[in-house]
Amino acid sequence: MHKVLIANRGEIAVRIVRACKDMGIASVAVYSDADKDALHVNMADEAVHIGPPIARKSYLNMERILTAAKETGADAVHPGYGFLAESTAFADGCEEAGLKFIGPPAPAIALSGNKSQARKTLREIGIPVIPGSEGVVDNTEAAVEEAEKVGFPVILKASGGGGGRGMRIANSAAELVGAFPTASGEALASFGDPDIYVEKYIRRPRHIEVQILADSHGNVVHLGERECSIQKRYQKLIEESPSPFVDENLRHKMGETAVAAAKAVGYENAGTVEFLVDADKNFYFMEVNARVQVEHPVTEMVTGIDIIAEQLSITAGKTLSVSQKDVVLRGWSLECRINAADPDNDFAPSPGEVDSVVLPGGPWVRIDTYLAPGCFVPPFYDSLVAKLVIWAPDRPSAIARMQRALSELTVQGIQVTTSFHRKILAHEDFRSGDFDTHFLEQFRAI
Amino acid sequence: MAAESYKVVSPVMGTFYRASSPDSDPLVTPGQKVKAGQVVCIIESMKIFTELRTEKAGTVKKILLENEDMVMKNQEVILIEVDSA
Repeated sequence: MHKVLIANRGEIAVRIVRACKDMGIASVAVYSDADKDALHVNMADEAVHIGPPIARKSYLNMERILTAAKETGADAVHPGYGFLAESTAFADGCEEAGLKFIGPPAPAIALSGNKSQARKTLREIGIPVIPGSEGVVDNTEAAVEEAEKVGFPVILKASGGGGGRGMRIANSAAELVGAFPTASGEALASFGDPDIYVEKYIRRPRHIEVQILADSHGNVVHLGERECSIQKRYQKLIEESPSPFVDENLRHKMGETAVAAAKAVGYENAGTVEFLVDADKNFYFMEVNARVQVEHPVTEMVTGIDIIAEQLSITAGKTLSVSQKDVVLRGWSLECRINAADPDNDFAPSPGEVDSVVLPGGPWVRIDTYLAPGCFVPPFYDSLVAKLVIWAPDRPSAIARMQRALSELTVQGIQVTTSFHRKILAHEDFRSGDFDTHFLEQFRAI
Repeated sequence: MAAESYKVVSPVMGTFYRASSPDSDPLVTPGQKVKAGQVVCIIESMKIFTELRTEKAGTVKKILLENEDMVMKNQEVILIEVDSA
């Protein structure tokens, strides 16, 4: 592999250019009209304009991107995350054009993307999934029957949509009898569809995921877990590795399960297996993310393994640089996702021209960003502008170092979420590690 | 006396859409009667979609941008000729 086209923008494009440079591989950036002066464009060895700002016409335009790859003589394409990263059509398109796709094979992407099919495949090999009715329950009696099978408490969910509408928690058969008609009526009113299914309700759930690496020679290793329970409307805001909730025994079990899941779906390249973990440390498979994830740096910081470099090596047909016994988690890492949004105005988007930027530094502080003085943060894409990542020997010193690094980060011209991160890090439940995915809902209510 | 006109203004920098999805008809067209509170266009900023409404009833006089144009914060996007009372 000699030249890689990066089919993405923003901080992840910068991250991939850096990995290419470190490995002596040439890089090609692509950019829309909105990104013509962006950092990833300046840093890459070559850059190709692919269209107007609207993603559908540029970063999602497969034809333009594949043409750019062929014209520049690239032999591989890295999709980053988002945009075309989990498009089987794009993975196939790369292959047809004679380009290596830096990601899993198309069938593994397809299976990972089909949640119910993935759940079925993994349940068949004994991987735990959240127990519940296989499909819709027709009436209250059927709901009670299913609930007694999986055990109370249960949650009723609308088949037609999410966001809390049509959702009810029931702790007993009597509560369920009362809740079913309301849930069904609300589902009908909200989604035009009264269908309800029953799932075991996970109290105090944590979102914990396991990073895996799989090469083309059948080697699969896991790189430990990431704690991702600090979320706002399913958007992760702070991630860490390891998780304060996971002990060596649970780490081993989740890791083995993630490796088995990766093998079962024919996975190759870097990927993530997401689990929901309950208060009793039972874990349930949620989904496979068939891409490099935003929060991959915390794993890099505690393992010393460059995940993007591994992706490039795997695609080049090499074996993994590590075996499972070489993977040792050392110290603690935290990541804050800095978004262009106004925390004092309900997180309203805050795109625009950046006047000045002061980036944090010092020992064990890393910032992956496309921010630079005078740069433009376009309104056309995601609001993530920087990932502030730190390492420290233990969790209390990691929190202290992150607070220090956040206090150094100054951005003028747009609003960013730094102050919100500082409040979360100061919260006693965050500091003690006693939190679940409901943390921010409760935090906002305080 | 000239009719009073009402200006629909974008609260944020983003992309101006005349319809709620690429396959739908425009929400309003010039000459169309609109009610107070009616959604007249959509602004997307950093993947967040905001419906803009007219505060006053009247007739759509002019659409000041093309579909998918970039819009600035506080920019006027649609002119409404307000119904006289």
